[in-house]
Amino acid sequence: MISKEKIRELEQFAVHIRIETIKEMGHLGFGHLGGALSIVETLAVLYGEIMRIDPRNPHWEDRDWLVCSKGHAGPAIYATLALKGYFPMEELLTLNRPGTHLPSHCDRNKTIGIDMTTGSLGQGSSLAIGVAMGNRMDGRKNTTYLILGDGELQEGQVWEAALLAAQQKLDNLIALVDNNQQQLDGYTKDINDLADISQKFESFGWFTQSIDGADIQLIHAAIEKAKNIEGKPSVIVLNTIKGKGCSFVEGKVDNHHVTISREQMEQALAELNQQLVKAVEK
Amino acid sequence: MSAILAPNQAPDEFAMRDAYCQTLLKLAEKDPRIVALDADLMKSMGMIPFLKTYPERTFDVGIQEANMIGVAAGLSAIGKIPFAHSFAPFASRRCFDQVFLSCGYARLNVRVIGSDPGITAAYNGGTHMPFEDMGLMRLVPDITILEPVDATMLKDLVKQTAVQYGVFYIRLLRKNAIRIYAEGSSFEIGKGVQLKEGMDVTIFATGIMVSESLRAAEILGGQGISARVVNLFTLKPIDRELITQCARETGAIVTAENHNIINGLGSAVAEVLVENTPVPMERIGVKDSFGEVGPVDYLAKRFEMTADDIVKAVKKVMTRKKR
Repeated sequence: MISKEKIRELEQFAVHIRIETIKEMGHLGFGHLGGALSIVETLAVLYGEIMRIDPRNPHWEDRDWLVCSKGHAGPAIYATLALKGYFPMEELLTLNRPGTHLPSHCDRNKTIGIDMTTGSLGQGSSLAIGVAMGNRMDGRKNTTYLILGDGELQEGQVWEAALLAAQQKLDNLIALVDNNQQQLDGYTKDINDLADISQKFESFGWFTQSIDGADIQLIHAAIEKAKNIEGKPSVIVLNTIKGKGCSFVEGKVDNHHVTISREQMEQALAELNQQLVKAVEK
Repeated sequence: MSAILAPNQAPDEFAMRDAYCQTLLKLAEKDPRIVALDADLMKSMGMIPFLKTYPERTFDVGIQEANMIGVAAGLSAIGKIPFAHSFAPFASRRCFDQVFLSCGYARLNVRVIGSDPGITAAYNGGTHMPFEDMGLMRLVPDITILEPVDATMLKDLVKQTAVQYGVFYIRLLRKNAIRIYAEGSSFEIGKGVQLKEGMDVTIFATGIMVSESLRAAEILGGQGISARVVNLFTLKPIDRELITQCARETGAIVTAENHNIINGLGSAVAEVLVENTPVPMERIGVKDSFGEVGPVDYLAKRFEMTADDIVKAVKKVMTRKKR
């Protein structure tokens, strides 16, 4: 069980990730804000508590791996990595600037701490399987985490990979589906409905859980449970809200890629800073 | 590099696939990082001995080429040295985005093996007949594209790719090739091999078109035309130096490939020529067509890829040559 203090700490970590993510894109004036914000609590739990990592040794062989297949959530991961000390905080404001180490989509060759290059949706699933298989061959006890978007599940490659992960009994692989129910063109149910995601993975031979993806305690518990599953891969469907924690995009339509005015950024940051103050007062 | 022409160009006693499997077995014995992947064509590829010897290093993923390429890339991120095979159209066209991004753009370390190139897909017909695989792969930055012509070359090149880092596309005839090189020949990736001296024209050939080109050169010799034959087995990086040298020395070029002449060997050679030493050139290969079913000798005639077609192309290019 995770302590109340730890939960509070991770909740604050999540707010900080959110603040930095909004700043990255806000200073640029545009970005994939919606899908970056919906995965923030999961990143806070992974990097703040669960993952075996060493920011001073990002290529540590025994580390846990994170493959963020929805590569456009990169800015949220960059914020997390900077807050963990992988690289200086100032670098965050170079997002998408000429010559930056922080491109829109995750790139293992550009950003310290990014384990895999992603961006063409679906591809991270196969890459994560290869990573998990390779680590298992070498006898490592580490875990590979795979973040998928719900819209991304429309890609056939995800299901090719889902079949193989079960066939290979990859119990060192945990997939996290950011089920924010929206994609670029609208709601997933209107475009190409994913329907019951858990049921689909279950029928593919995965251990499945479905939880509130903004609840730190539940995310932590679900990942811990998944880590103890033997003989099959695990998926956690995180029921989230696209644009979570940023009032001008949260739950709005067309919030996949947005323009951000200086005023909108200041307003969003003020709201989040207030959350931090309230948390301290608690 | 010392590549010696075999005394006669007869069919090899070993199938290319057996040479491939034996080579991988030898490599795997010395290097535990070697892994083999396939998409339900291990039997076709003659890889059962590898599977039996190294079951824990063999991954037959089933019929899912895109996933196979991504998994291979992921394995290489952990330091494995993957060789991933499918039929050439499915190892290229079907999973191009995965080769381009998961392997190439991600700077990972993967060998993609595409078998049954061009008309050698024969009775599998148009759906399985890749005239575009090398053309697609050429567009992946920094990729190395190899087309081993016989078992001797295949063994040497596969060994070399195992100790190099990057993305490789190896285009492979599975069956018995015509032996071109004497046993023990060795090759340098990126460097062509001159197989026959000649001063009137150079024929640049790859794959099954090498033996056709040697036959064409013999026919031409009987008619007083001295044709040089060069095996450009590396499509990328192309041997710019040798192409330029041959253009200067012979003043006319013919290319011969078992592939669409668009973005294959003909295009690659033409690019070098126009930038360096423009000389008259003709291209033998598939002229922007889809494949069709049939025996290889029929298809070679159908797509004008025989020694006689090469002879015609040489004569045509000679008429355009400046005297």
